Amino acid sequence: MTGAIRKLLIANRGEIAVRIIHAAKKLGISTVQIVSEADREMLAARIADEVIEVGPPAAAKSYLNVGNVLEALRRSGADALHPGYGFLSENAEFARAVTDLGCIFVGPDAETIERMGDKVNARRAAIEAGVPVVPGSDGRLDDPQAALKLAGEMGYPVMIKAAAGGGGRGIRVVRNADELATAVPQAMAEARAAFGDDGLYMEAYIEDARHIEVQILGDGETVVHLFERECSLQRRRQKVWEEAPAVALSAEMRSELCASAVRLAQSVNYRGAGTMEYLYDPLRKAFYFIEMNTRIQVEHPVTEMITGIDLVREMLLIAGGAKLSMAQEQIHCDGHAIEVRINAEDPARNFLPSPGPIDRLQIPNGEAVRFDTGFDAGSRVPPYYDSLIGKLIVKGGSRAEAIERLGQALEELDVGPIATTIPLYRTLARNADILDGSVSTQWLERWLSDKKLAP
Amino acid sequence: MTIKTIEAMLPGVIYLSSSPDAAPFKTAGDRVAAGETVALVEVMKSFLPVEADADGIFLGYSVENESNIEPGETVCQIEAV
Repeated sequence: MTGAIRKLLIANRGEIAVRIIHAAKKLGISTVQIVSEADREMLAARIADEVIEVGPPAAAKSYLNVGNVLEALRRSGADALHPGYGFLSENAEFARAVTDLGCIFVGPDAETIERMGDKVNARRAAIEAGVPVVPGSDGRLDDPQAALKLAGEMGYPVMIKAAAGGGGRGIRVVRNADELATAVPQAMAEARAAFGDDGLYMEAYIEDARHIEVQILGDGETVVHLFERECSLQRRRQKVWEEAPAVALSAEMRSELCASAVRLAQSVNYRGAGTMEYLYDPLRKAFYFIEMNTRIQVEHPVTEMITGIDLVREMLLIAGGAKLSMAQEQIHCDGHAIEVRINAEDPARNFLPSPGPIDRLQIPNGEAVRFDTGFDAGSRVPPYYDSLIGKLIVKGGSRAEAIERLGQALEELDVGPIATTIPLYRTLARNADILDGSVSTQWLERWLSDKKLAP
Repeated sequence: MTIKTIEAMLPGVIYLSSSPDAAPFKTAGDRVAAGETVALVEVMKSFLPVEADADGIFLGYSVENESNIEPGETVCQIEAV
């Protein structure tokens, strides 16, 4: 195959760097790992063929330092760069600079990152591709009659706020036409007082929203989906527990959702791995596109577990010029997979960061259990980067079986002496709401504020 | 009068002002109240406050802005009143 990657620079750290090195080695690609001064001894640096230091510990001075990373790429002689997730993975200018050096950026081209990475542009692309977005007033509403008419079309509840206000300020949730008739004049008066402008913005209010996302792969011509993941369990908008397939979807809804993601990716001739994120409204029984991530995601292993497809391998092959190695009909969803993120945070102390030494690292094994990590016993979790130590992924024939296996694996998993989020997941794996899947994106924070975790 | 030492509890990067353009939290001679933030430590993408543990007069920082800090390292000193 022409253009195949021979030498790959990994512009990331931790578990995803290890994951990328493993995929590269299986393809016979040699690897160059960049490290900050704080990461010289990390696992990825020890298993890579070469290591290049790119700066001091602070990410802004090393992994996010475009000049230093590009210099490392030039010096390494690598012909491709994998950005992983976070850091420079969705930086269009960086992607362009990599290409300008004559190297392959493992991901979509800079124009696609610009287009799909911007929320407003991506929303427009979704509407053009016939993919539903959260219904709202197209621009400002200036009179109560118009508001009533629109709310009638969207269905209640709706949310209104000042068009001129930013963030969550002055948001009102309205549940029926009578409430709306009272709320609109009040909100207009308040908006006039606060911003000197009484224009309002209205949007469908999604109660108990669930976060569902679709994994896609494209080669620039053809796009396939690898089914969906559900990531409704979040704290401070950070996903903590992800699973595939989603709990709440009917078969029809699932195929509609996945087809919409393929349509949208196809409309931009998407190349590489990507994820379309949606909110699912259990009340309206509808899904709405919110944004796209133009890179590999932390939770990609749950998709790999149910499909048997190595997503990072596919990314490397596509970036090297190959066409998709499988057709849609060859991709099947088998069983149920769950991933939990093991973070260096203390759930008993409001998730206080707990960087420091890992002296004990006992990893569960067994059928259908996977643990992706950037650390091993004797490592130190540095304070400079995110708190992810590793990801525990399990698979079962059914969701119930997957949760049971997760509980068993969590009993075996032991990381210390630093505090981790393992106790949180041991408790969650026994929780009735989680067992029957009745959760939303707000569930975990509500539950945490009601509960004291056992130490 | 007692001189109190305020130490970092967690490792990370220390910031002596609330944003790059802002003035430092305290300058020598300022009054400090117990519980007041005198610095921030960035640890794992979170910014955690370093708080004074007594009322007093601020004597000065012992660390450079944006330097790496280890637990137990002195951040600043306060003369308790």
